[in-house]
Order: sequence, then C-alpha cells, then structure tokens
Amino acid sequence: MTSKTTLKFMLAAGALSVGLSHGALAQGTVKIGSVLSVTGPSSFLGEPEDKTLRLYVDKINAAGGVAGKKIELVIYDDGGDANKARTFATRLIEDDEVIAMVGGTTTGSTMAMIPVFEEAQVPFISLAGAIEVIDPVRKFVFKTPHTDKMACEKIFEDLKKRNLTKIGMISGTDGFGASMRAQCVKVAPNYGMQILIDESYGPRDSDMTAQLTKIKNTAGVQAVVNPGFGQGPAIVTRNYAQLGMTATPFYQSHGVASKSFIDLAGPAAEGVRLPAAALLVGDKLPESDPQKKVVTEYKQAYESATKQPVSTFGGHAYDGLFILVEAMKRANSTDPQKIRDEIEKTKGFVGTGGIVNMSATDHLGLDLSAFRMLEIKGGDWNLAQSGS
Amino acid sequence: MRALVNHRILTLLVLAAMIAALPLIFPSSYYFRVASLVWVSALAAIGLNILMGQAGQVSLGHAAFFGIGAYAVAIGPAHLGVPPWAALFLGALLSAALAYLVGRPILRLKGHYLAIATLGLGVLVALVISTESRWTGGPDGMPVARLTLFGWRVAGSDTWYWVTGGLLLLGTWIALNLDETPTGRAFRALHDSEVAAQVVGVDVARFKLQAFVIAAVYASLAGSALAFMNGFINPDQAGFLHSVELVTIVVLGGLGSVVGSIVGAAVLVTLPQVLTVFHEYEHLLLGLIIIVAMIFMRNGIVPSLSGLLFRRARS
Amino acid sequence: MAEFLQFLISGLTVGAVYALVALGFTLIYNASGVVNFAQGEFVMLGGMVTVFTSAAGMPLPLAALIAVGVAVVIGLMLHRFAIEPARGASAVTLIIITIGASILLRGIATIVFDKQFHKLPAFTGDTPVDILGAAVQPQSFWVLGGAAVVVLVLYVFLEHTLLGKAVLATAANRLAARLVGINTTTIMALAFGGSAAIGAVAGILVTPITLTSYDVGTLLALKGFAAAMLGGMGNPVGAVVGGLLLGLLEAFGAGYISSTYKDAFAFVVILIVLFAAPQGLFGRRVVERV
Repeated sequence: MTSKTTLKFMLAAGALSVGLSHGALAQGTVKIGSVLSVTGPSSFLGEPEDKTLRLYVDKINAAGGVAGKKIELVIYDDGGDANKARTFATRLIEDDEVIAMVGGTTTGSTMAMIPVFEEAQVPFISLAGAIEVIDPVRKFVFKTPHTDKMACEKIFEDLKKRNLTKIGMISGTDGFGASMRAQCVKVAPNYGMQILIDESYGPRDSDMTAQLTKIKNTAGVQAVVNPGFGQGPAIVTRNYAQLGMTATPFYQSHGVASKSFIDLAGPAAEGVRLPAAALLVGDKLPESDPQKKVVTEYKQAYESATKQPVSTFGGHAYDGLFILVEAMKRANSTDPQKIRDEIEKTKGFVGTGGIVNMSATDHLGLDLSAFRMLEIKGGDWNLAQSGS
Repeated sequence: MRALVNHRILTLLVLAAMIAALPLIFPSSYYFRVASLVWVSALAAIGLNILMGQAGQVSLGHAAFFGIGAYAVAIGPAHLGVPPWAALFLGALLSAALAYLVGRPILRLKGHYLAIATLGLGVLVALVISTESRWTGGPDGMPVARLTLFGWRVAGSDTWYWVTGGLLLLGTWIALNLDETPTGRAFRALHDSEVAAQVVGVDVARFKLQAFVIAAVYASLAGSALAFMNGFINPDQAGFLHSVELVTIVVLGGLGSVVGSIVGAAVLVTLPQVLTVFHEYEHLLLGLIIIVAMIFMRNGIVPSLSGLLFRRARS
Repeated sequence: MAEFLQFLISGLTVGAVYALVALGFTLIYNASGVVNFAQGEFVMLGGMVTVFTSAAGMPLPLAALIAVGVAVVIGLMLHRFAIEPARGASAVTLIIITIGASILLRGIATIVFDKQFHKLPAFTGDTPVDILGAAVQPQSFWVLGGAAVVVLVLYVFLEHTLLGKAVLATAANRLAARLVGINTTTIMALAFGGSAAIGAVAGILVTPITLTSYDVGTLLALKGFAAAMLGGMGNPVGAVVGGLLLGLLEAFGAGYISSTYKDAFAFVVILIVLFAAPQGLFGRRVVERV
C-alpha cells in the first residue's frame, strides 16, 4: 500500500515539474542565466546583483535587444547554498538552455558551478571575489570583481607608503573573510609586512571586543586590517571605536563597499580606509576620469529604480552583463563558443569596477589601478590622500 | 510473516521499477540531477530513520557524518594519495569509528539532551572542516576527484542517477531487512520504552550504539556519493542546517517508515525547485507547506496516508 | 585586570541575550512540552519592527511597544494556528512545525521588511564608559538591566500571582492541572505570548549593539537552545545561568584560547557538563514511566 502511494506521489511530482519546464525557445530571444544568493547570509550581495540584472536587461530589451534579439533573463536563488547552486546551474544548462551565465554570488557557489559550465562549454561570468575562480584560468570562466589578493596588495601598498609595517588582522570566518585572510598572509612578505596577531570572528558574531582587546594589547601593532563582509565588519568597526583604538589606522576590505556600511558603523567609521571601485566616489572623480560617465550613470539608474544606495556588488553584475552583451554584439551570434572567444578578447571595456583588458591568460582583466583607496570622512567615501 | 516478506519484496520491486521508469518521462538531464539528489538525501534519511524511528534516538548533528563521508573522498585522493573508491570506505569507517567512540557517552543522554549533545558534535565537526583550510579548502570548499572504477570514469548526471539509485536500493533493502531481524525488533522495543526493553533483557546501550553507528555509515556513504557527483564539496553539507533538513525529511516522511524517508526526501528536495516560480514567496510557502503537512499528517506523510487508506478499505 | 573585565562584560552582555532566548524556550517548554525553534524569530521581530516603525517617525519607546505587541500577536497566532491544531502530536512533529514556522516567519520578514542589515541608535548614546580600564558601551547596561527586569517580572508573576501558579502547575503536571480546573489551553497561549514578548524585548535591547536583519534568529535559537539545555531544560534559573555561562565561555574562549575555536570551546564544555550531569546544571531528574 505504502509503496503505491509513494509511486503515485512521485509520478505526480514528476508530472508537475515537467509541466513547469518551458517549451522551446521563442523566436528572436536568447536566454541568459543567473544563479544568485538573493536570500541567505550573502543576500546583501545577491540582492543588488539581482536588481541590477533585471533593471538592465529590461533597458536593453526596451532599446531593441542585442543584435536584433531580446534577452530572456532566467534567475535562480541559491540561498547561499552551493549544492543548490550546482543544481540550478544544471537546470540553466540542461533545461533552460541558456547561452551564457552571469552570476555566482559567492566563491563557494561559483566553485561548485564551474564544472557544469566547463563541461557544457557555456561561458560563465562570475561575480565572486576569490582569486581561485580565475587562477588557474579555465576556458569558460571569467569574473568581474577585483580579487581578494588585489585588495590585500592595495592595502599593503598604502601601508607601505605610510611607513607602517607591523599589522594586526581580524578576519571573518565566512568564505570571503577566510579567503582574503589567506591571500593577505601569503602576499604580506612581498610588501615587508609583519602580521603580529591574527584573530577571527564568526560571520554571525555580535561582539568582537574580546578579539580586539587582544590586538590592542599586542605591542607594536601599527595598523589593523579586517577582511570580512556582511554586518561583521560594521560591528568590528564599532567595537574598535568603543575600545578607543582609532589612533591606530584601520583598514576594511572591498567586502563592505556599500553605503550601508557607513550607515551601520556610524561615527565609528570615520577615518577607516578601504580599497574599492571608483563607483563609490563617482561624484568626486575628476571629469577627466574615464570611469566617471559609466559610474555616475549606473549609480543614478540603480538608485532611482530601487530607492537603495548603490553598492559595488550590483556594479559587478552590471560589468558582467555588459561584458557579455558587448561580446555577443561583436560575435554577432548566440553560439556560446563564439561568445566565449569574444569575451576573452574584451579590451578597454570601461565598467564600474575598472578598465577591463582580458586575455587568454587573464580572465579578470583588472589591475591594481582599478582599486581606489578610499577613506571615510564626514559620513561619506573620499579618495584617500596617499602617503599621509 | 509471509505477508511481511512479500511486502518487503514488493516495496523493493516498486522502488526499482520507479527508478528504472522515471528516466522515460525525464525531458532533460536536469531531472536526472534532481532525482539523484533525492536518492542521496533519501539514503542519508533512511539511515537516520533507523536511529530516530526505530531506536527512538534523536540526532541534530547527523550532517557531521555526511560531511565526513564527503570530505573523505575529497581529501583522501587530493592529499593522501588514497584511490577515490578506497576513500569512500575509509570515510564510512571513520564515521563508524567516530559514532562508536562518542556514541557511548552521548547516547546515555535522553530526549532533548541527546539532541543538544548531537548538535554540539555536529557543530564541532563542521567547525573543524571549515577552519582547517589546509586540508579542506576552508569555507569555500574544495574540488573532488572523479570516481574511477576499473578504468570506468563515473561522470555525468545520467550515470550518477543510476549509481545513486542503486545505492538507494541497496540501502532500502538493508533497512527493510533490519526491521525484521532481532536487532530491528530490539530497536523498536527501545523506541516504545527503554525501561521496558531493559526489563525484558535488551542490552539497551549496545543496541542504541548499533543504531547510531549504522545511521552514521548511511550518512557517510550518502555524503561521499554527493561529493563524487558534484565534483565539489563545501562545509555547508556538514552544517547544522543540513542536519535539521535531514531530521525534517525523516519526520515529514514518517518516523520508522523506510518508504517515508524516500517520500520525505522527494518532497523536500523537489519543493524548492518547484517553488522557484514564486520568487520571493518561495520560503514563505516552504514554511507554510511544512506546517500544514505536519498538522494534517502528524505521523508523517507515508504512515498517515497509508493509515487513511487502510481505514477506508476496512469501512 | 582591564582585559579580564572587558571579556567579562562582553560575555555577560551577549550571555544576557542568550539567557532571554533560553528563558523563552523554557516558558513554552514548561507550558506545552514544545521546543520552539521559532524562538529566535521573536528576537528578530522585536528588532526589525522597532527599526521600521521608528524609521517611519514613531518615537523609540512607542516603536518598541509596537514591536512587543506585534511579536505577542505572532506568538499567539503561532500557538493558535500551528501548535493547537497539532495537539497530541509527538515531540519531534511539533519541533518540525516550529522549524516550519521559523522558515515562514523569515519568509514573511523578507517581504514585509527587506534583506538588508539595520541599526538602531543606542538608548543613551555611544560614548563608552570606563570601568577600571575596560571600555563598556552604555547599551550593555541596558541589556543587562533589561534582562534582570524581565527575569524579576517573570519570577514575581510565577511565584506571586494565581495565573503564574497555574502556569507552574501546568508545567509540573498537565493532566493534574486540568483536573483541578486550570484551562491549560489558555495557559499555553499565555506562554507563547509571554515568550514572544521576552524574545522581542531581547531583540529591542540588543539591536543597538549587534544590528539586525531578517535572519538573525537562526543562530540565536541555536545558542538559546544550547543555553537552556546547559542550564537544564524547564528550569528558568537554569536558563538564565546557562545563557550567561554560554556568553562568558565564548568571550573568555575568544580572549584567552582561540577566537577561531571559541564556538567549539563552548560546545565542548556543554558536552562535558552533560556527560557529568545528564539533566543539565539545574535540571530535574525525570523518571520514565512505563
């Protein structure tokens, strides 16, 4: 009896999912897929990415589409779960038959999805931070955000200019924080940096005064670096001020590059430095800056459509989408292989994250100049005066 | 007794027929992928159900064994030079050993205290996995080498559908048989009343430990299968939320019902896939469905529905 | 000394929140035998509703009051529409229902509110107070004081009011309570409402320190449950001690041992305590009836 019930149920479930799968591609449209962490612990990254993709695909379609074809955007929410992301990746390839993918909010879900796209030979532009996404280079995998290694280098460069070489670190134990911490430890010797103390906190911790007290009581620490994202760095920054440590220069990472960080950390954020894309300081860029036009337009469009402050995370999705669209135009084709070849030839693409010059050995195409060193002053981002 | 044997064989036959027939209605490999996930979750849940449904002991940290199985096949070939198939058995052995070692003290605890102790064990294992990044790749996870058996490279959604389906059949067969052995009867006596079982001479501690070790091995094998199938693994699979998901599958499907665990896995794995059409209402609906299902089928889907059918047949 | 004091206060502040969550667990568990895994969502509601109503221009005390009210209504609805219809179901079934409820409440929160993090201004400013070299946020005193008031009110209610005694009687023996004329359904509703209120108060008090978002509840439920078990399930004193102890273990673990393994440290201690005292620190010995 029970088995029959099961069978009926399974068949019904099967039939239901068959019914939900779409029919053949409509004439004159191409499908672009995306798997994002719109919910879950990384939703503050995934949500602006989701909104950006939807906003700009609508804009592109309203303007006539790409090479005469409208874009149909298929977005799935992995909830921050890499296994789920992997399933949705298979769904995009096998069921939706997308020609390319812009997505993968976290490094964890990106890494889980890479085998699917490599095997299907469909281009995948990732929005995740860690360097392992593009190093070693995989034929079909690209990414738009600066790597965590670059963030460490940018911070250490700035520290070196200020003649500070003995640092303390406090990192989140989430994927972003742990990966950036590892990169920082690795490149520190290249810049003559000495890490005197290396602390960490859980991604959901609500009080980091214990770790910071240890750093405070470590003799010789000249600056503190906090790789992390989410609400953690905001709490670290508040605790930093609470413990009266603000005389020691404090560096955040590009993981906090949205206005909400300043808002959450409040006055404690004053004087904090971080490497981030030009997008955050669009209005303060000189007119001659090549990125000025792109970043102010994106900021304006995003903020008026969503009523939320712009973040570099949404900017990465913007860059990914337009690198893809430009490549599709150049290839004048919907063949994934041809699109891939054109993505790799991207040169001089001006995005929110920097000027992108890709090659067969570089699937990111950004150098350290794409990062600006910012300092929070008067509750706003400012370009830091180097060497001060 | 004969009826029982027949019932068991019938269940297995239906399951086998279903695994064989489903591909006929699958329009793309994506469906193979989802079905394989159902088989893997079902395998882990059947094991957990032996512990929860038959022996009556809760575990809120069972994903730890799933994680050990998964990371064994990831770490073994990558760092220790162990062939993938051997790593699978090594993982199962390691899970069994851990379950055996911690089982004795932990299983002395009762009810919610057992729940928190197993939860603690799960948190510890997950924490070690996500911290020791030299070995495990940290929170972002690590790649898993493909399984090769006698030169045959096991890859692709379709292949894994059959491999995991076969594993599930094997697991179901063992669980159904266990049900009818003296061990199985001892488990059920434990579930009904530990004191009563003790009084009639059941070695309570030994049987609880046996159930715990069996459940750990099931979870470990399921974890290894998932890791091979994905070619990638991350610490979420060993985490608290995955433990909760496994318990939910068992209870939703029906405590003590082997078929229930398969149905529970089918529901909980396919629901999020089906609910994607509702976008932001997805989680709201998932929660609502779980609540409503548990209120109206409080003994789980399979026992409640079959109870309903039997009653109707009798009246 | 200053270092020790810093860890101590940090631990007590975090611990006070765990204690309130554990107290919420205990109250519902005593009245109904349900382990409510949606307890963390009450904390989330307290913080989020206060953030959004005060952003809409409501003065903070009024916003806080509304938040407690909303949480209580949700607590009562949880009891009326999810727990009451499943009366008599097994303990695990009820746990799964509350897990479903927590997923549902989080889902609703993402739609009604959003998925961003939010802050609340500290009640009496951000200037740290110096205590023998330890820098303490004034909000810490609000959390500790608030928790103490909640515990005191609950104590007076349970020990010195008729209704409170009815709750205790129901906790001791549900059948006997019903036999002496106590409406146990009302008592259960009261427990859910009260527990929701305690959770919401915790959320309001702690949001200025910890920030809040729709999904802060999951981890708090886990920690609160651990605290309740450490103290001994069903004992309000145990819940408070368990909560404070857990907070202190984490702070001292992070401070003196290893910040990476501080959660592990806390759970190892819980395991050791349970091996030594299988009913938690203050738990009753339960004799299994055959």
